[in-house]
Amino acid sequence: MRKFKSNLIVALCGASVLLALVPLAMILFYVISRGFSALNWAFFTQTPKPVGEAGGGMGNAIVGTLILIVIAGVIAIPVGVLSGVHLAEFKGTRFSSMVRFAADVLNGVPSIVIGIFAYAIIVLPLKRFSAIAGGFALAIIVIPVVARTTEELLRLVPGGLKEAALALGATRAKAMFSVILPAALPGILTGILVALARVAGETAPLLFTAFNNRFFSTNVTQPIGSLTVQVFTYALSPYDDWIRQAWAGALVLVTMILILSIIARVATRRLERMARG
Amino acid sequence: MPIIKTSEDRALRLGTGAFAVFVVLLVAGIGVVLTQQSVLSIRKFGLAFWTRSTWNPVSGEFGALPFIWGTLYSSLIALLIAAPIALGIAIFINEISPLKLRQPLSYLTELLAAIPSIVYGLWGIFVLVPIVRKLELLAPEWLKKVPLFTGPPLGVGMLSAGVILAVMVVPLTSSVAREILRGVPMTQREAALALGATRWEAIRIALGYGRTGIIGAVMLGLGRALGETMAVTMVIGNNPQVSTSLFAPQYTMAAVIANEFTEAADELYLHALIEIGLVLFLITIVVNALSRILTRRVVRA
Repeated sequence: MRKFKSNLIVALCGASVLLALVPLAMILFYVISRGFSALNWAFFTQTPKPVGEAGGGMGNAIVGTLILIVIAGVIAIPVGVLSGVHLAEFKGTRFSSMVRFAADVLNGVPSIVIGIFAYAIIVLPLKRFSAIAGGFALAIIVIPVVARTTEELLRLVPGGLKEAALALGATRAKAMFSVILPAALPGILTGILVALARVAGETAPLLFTAFNNRFFSTNVTQPIGSLTVQVFTYALSPYDDWIRQAWAGALVLVTMILILSIIARVATRRLERMARG
Repeated sequence: MPIIKTSEDRALRLGTGAFAVFVVLLVAGIGVVLTQQSVLSIRKFGLAFWTRSTWNPVSGEFGALPFIWGTLYSSLIALLIAAPIALGIAIFINEISPLKLRQPLSYLTELLAAIPSIVYGLWGIFVLVPIVRKLELLAPEWLKKVPLFTGPPLGVGMLSAGVILAVMVVPLTSSVAREILRGVPMTQREAALALGATRWEAIRIALGYGRTGIIGAVMLGLGRALGETMAVTMVIGNNPQVSTSLFAPQYTMAAVIANEFTEAADELYLHALIEIGLVLFLITIVVNALSRILTRRVVRA
């Protein structure tokens, strides 16, 4: 009887793994099959056609997403990495435990709330939606991730390296920036890449910051289109052609994110192997 | 660390500290700015904002009860579905599966976390909602008298929202639960097995050991579910009503902000929406802080 109960529960645990894989398989299946048939050259190069006309594409939205990510990276990388350096180097202080807590809190803040914040401090004063506001909102999401990843990876660097540098007369700053940080850099870059890839899939914080734009735009003080917001708009539209394009947009998004995650995974595995020697 | 302080080291401390301060300022800034920007609504409605359910932008009547109800209800459904599944996955991967399968299985479940919310939403509208509608049509008449299952079978509504949230919350909860289980000393299980326990009885000992951490893992999932926006917005039906029915189209705090923010023509309307955002911010901070405390204590022990 006890044996039976044990086996039953083991089976249930296995079943829950399968149960979780069902939606994964379904989502990938639908995104690939529906998205692929709507993908064509025009999708990548053209802008959306006016309501009612078939055709057109999301070229502007793809460029927009890239611009938003670049803005987010420019803001978030220095802040995130240097905060991480501080957390790793001055780990015992009260200030760093406060920063660590703040980073964890920030990580849990819903992205839509971060969108409101960016709206209030950038969109309201400028009196218009802009790529800058959208990129800023995304940066706030990326900062805590980069900070904590940097901290963790810096701590993995063997203490001997630091001690050797200090013994040779290096200052702590010198040891950090010439020895420890370079040793952890590949891992940190991977972490940044994954964080930026994830944030490329964000929609909520862009709705009222970057807003949307039907045309090609590279002006960062103007509203800008993005893949995610465009997919959202099209998904809720009554037009079959737009819905097809929404699936195509989803396919492009998922492909982009998966490729970056796989690169990151391979890179981390290589790093781990190197660390093991 | 006993090192002679040079001016360069002080520069390192202050220089990197200046960036680290930014992280703290961001959190404080969100709280302050959201409070400032919702002051009109806070002054006008006070606490009644959270107990009234009229939401009429035209007449300037704002009550947020349906939204907070929808957020809590959908997150509760999500947790009821996701917690056992996530725990099952964590147990399977950590304690049962052959070593070779561990990496690929954990990678696959983590893939679920990498899929953007908007893609979940798209799948939700065109695949999940029709399936849910078919299931709802199957409900027999006597079942429809139960308050949980009243109303027409629309497909969009609380049930779809709860299911999609559950799928989205599972990877986070299961990965934290796995970390907790990994922290339980092997000797705990070995001792149980040596005393003649079955596999499940040994696992149960490990679960008991990591109890607080596992509650923390579930709460982390709750924090995620409360703030989830796009996928829920696309499947919940966006109807501000307080209903216990799983079939009823309802609304959540995050969804109303996403849908109505750019339409908010007057200041009071905007401030009412931002007040909802402020409360969502405070709730998620509390939930996340609690889950950190619970998970950290176990990892330390």
